[in-house]
Amino acid sequence: MFGDYSISDLGAILAMQGFAGLILFSVYVLMALGLAIIFGQMGVINMAHGEFMILGAYVTWMTSNAVQHVAPWLFPGYFFIAMILAFIASGALGMLVEWALIRHLYKRPLDTLLATWGLSLILQQAYRSIFGAREVGVELPEWMMGSLQATDSIQIPINGMFVMALTMLITIAVAYVLFWSSWGKQVRAVVQNRVMAGAVGINTEKVDRYTFGLGCGIAGIAGSAFTMIGSTGPTAGQLYIVDTFLVVVFGGAASLFGTIASAFSISQTQSTLEFFLSGSMAKVITLLTIVAILMVRPQGLFALKVRK
Amino acid sequence: MVINSRFFNRSELLGFLALAALLLVILPLSLDIFRLNLVAKYLTYAFVGIGLVLCWGYGGILSLGQGVFFGLGGYCMAMYLKLEASSVANTKIQSTPGIPDFMDWNQLTSLPFFWKPFHSFPVTLLAILLVPAFFALIIGAAMFKRRVGGVYFAIITQAIAAILTILIVGQQGYTGGINGITDLRTLHGWDIRTDHAKFILYFVEVVLLFGCIVAAQFIRLTKLGRILVAMREQEDRVRFSGYSVANFKIFAFCAAAVFAAIGGAMFTLEVGFMSPSFVGIVPSIEMVIYTAVGGRMSIFGAVWGALLVNFAKTSLSESFPQLWLFGLGALFIAVVLAFPNGLSGIWADHIQPRIDRLFASRKSKSAAGMIADGAPAE
Repeated sequence: MFGDYSISDLGAILAMQGFAGLILFSVYVLMALGLAIIFGQMGVINMAHGEFMILGAYVTWMTSNAVQHVAPWLFPGYFFIAMILAFIASGALGMLVEWALIRHLYKRPLDTLLATWGLSLILQQAYRSIFGAREVGVELPEWMMGSLQATDSIQIPINGMFVMALTMLITIAVAYVLFWSSWGKQVRAVVQNRVMAGAVGINTEKVDRYTFGLGCGIAGIAGSAFTMIGSTGPTAGQLYIVDTFLVVVFGGAASLFGTIASAFSISQTQSTLEFFLSGSMAKVITLLTIVAILMVRPQGLFALKVRK
Repeated sequence: MVINSRFFNRSELLGFLALAALLLVILPLSLDIFRLNLVAKYLTYAFVGIGLVLCWGYGGILSLGQGVFFGLGGYCMAMYLKLEASSVANTKIQSTPGIPDFMDWNQLTSLPFFWKPFHSFPVTLLAILLVPAFFALIIGAAMFKRRVGGVYFAIITQAIAAILTILIVGQQGYTGGINGITDLRTLHGWDIRTDHAKFILYFVEVVLLFGCIVAAQFIRLTKLGRILVAMREQEDRVRFSGYSVANFKIFAFCAAAVFAAIGGAMFTLEVGFMSPSFVGIVPSIEMVIYTAVGGRMSIFGAVWGALLVNFAKTSLSESFPQLWLFGLGALFIAVVLAFPNGLSGIWADHIQPRIDRLFASRKSKSAAGMIADGAPAE
């Protein structure tokens, strides 16, 4: 498969595919961060996570339309407003879902999978009824279009760079919140020992609700970023949910660093293979590799040593 | 649960007879052949459901990849039928006669090696049972020997379903791609498209279904079934008692795979085609839904669940296509939240006691009076 390319061509291809992979990496990381909080920390299998992401994407789309009609001068910066709105919308829906559904199921993790699958069906149909079955795309402000010419054969798209910078910021923020803020300490305490955490005066129900809301909110931001690289349809979230779960499981469910490392390796493998093979075979080989590695090392790449 | 030395206790026997009466007498007499064929299609999911009752309800192993086995069984059958339908005489106009049409469209000039065994009917029947079992054995052995279970198993089986779908869709020349294997005509020279054939296939399927029910009931009542339940409740204690937990899990998973494959093969025969849309993540989860609605602990419940949910799906999506997904989603949430044991749980908790009371009241009037006074309506 390498036969027809010279060494410098191959270098350029690898660099370009590497950057294409980095955008996929950003979406994976943002999706997986939310899921790592919900699944890794709380043990809830949220099959509707993709739909929370799509909610963020639709909010971004609506904001872009609204800004264009109401305040065109704001358009270059609308994306930041949209992201905040997406976070709030997805987070609020997440807290509602936690209150209505998830809190009854903490002791039955497999059942959360089934219930949230039902929820994802409802959300998909709701999107279809409200926004129509056709995919929608947002218009990017001018400064995000185009690309940087790094060398004659390597181009780096600006929106991709922007998404990546954003991803890094959010990752740092999440790491800060979870590991250094007092609220993060409460979250981890509740995860490790719910009863004891309650006994020392932590309001475990409230912590659960906000944790779930945070995870869903990050999914909303992922949706916002997603609008820049693809169009949004009612069932677009479903395409990503299995990949995202694999990212989280592959990285080691409770490890934030593992999640990022696995998102990186998976997205890079996939986008590099995509150039040399057909898209579907690239995906098959990537997924098969992950499944094979998980069979040898079920705890994932980076796992905390715990006794069950 | 009362240990009963008989194979079916009284209520199970009643359930068996009621189901037999419905499927063998009432439905064939009252439905036209189109509707009966639909029922036959629903019943293919009941096979998967019975497998899930064993492996999920009793063994506690939630597999979200049953569509894989359903699809493998279905594709094995479809490959045989397709080869029969693409005889040299039927495919004269192709550039390479004698190979399936989609291969010709994709510039293949000879039959791939893995298609060749499917020229023979006995090999096909064996493959329908053995290919999925072997596949399940590999997956099960790799996972359960390393003590991967619960949530992780569910996610990995789901990934396998995704992989197989992408593979089938991507390798169009070998598998028929997204359209699947279509235009199937005869089974061993017997035309499966006529109304008469559909009628006969329906009865073949019902008989097979009862065969599977009896087999599942047998597994459930032997020591094996009890170990499965014990494993679900206290895996470590079973392990410390000297049982190989992994092997029992592998067995349950393989048995479920074989049941699903039989369903898949019947599906191909009843519907006349097989496509990747019955293999992937969504159909696999829907199969779990049927089982959950029927009751994950009840073999009969799984059959009823498959019938009722699919019936609701067809009639709702015929008249209110928008409402169907809302309904399915809400049904699922409701079942998980309020009725974890599904319809059979509702039956056992609410309806069965009333029927028992009714029988009791007929036996003695005075006792009936006491019960009626003493037990207010629920």
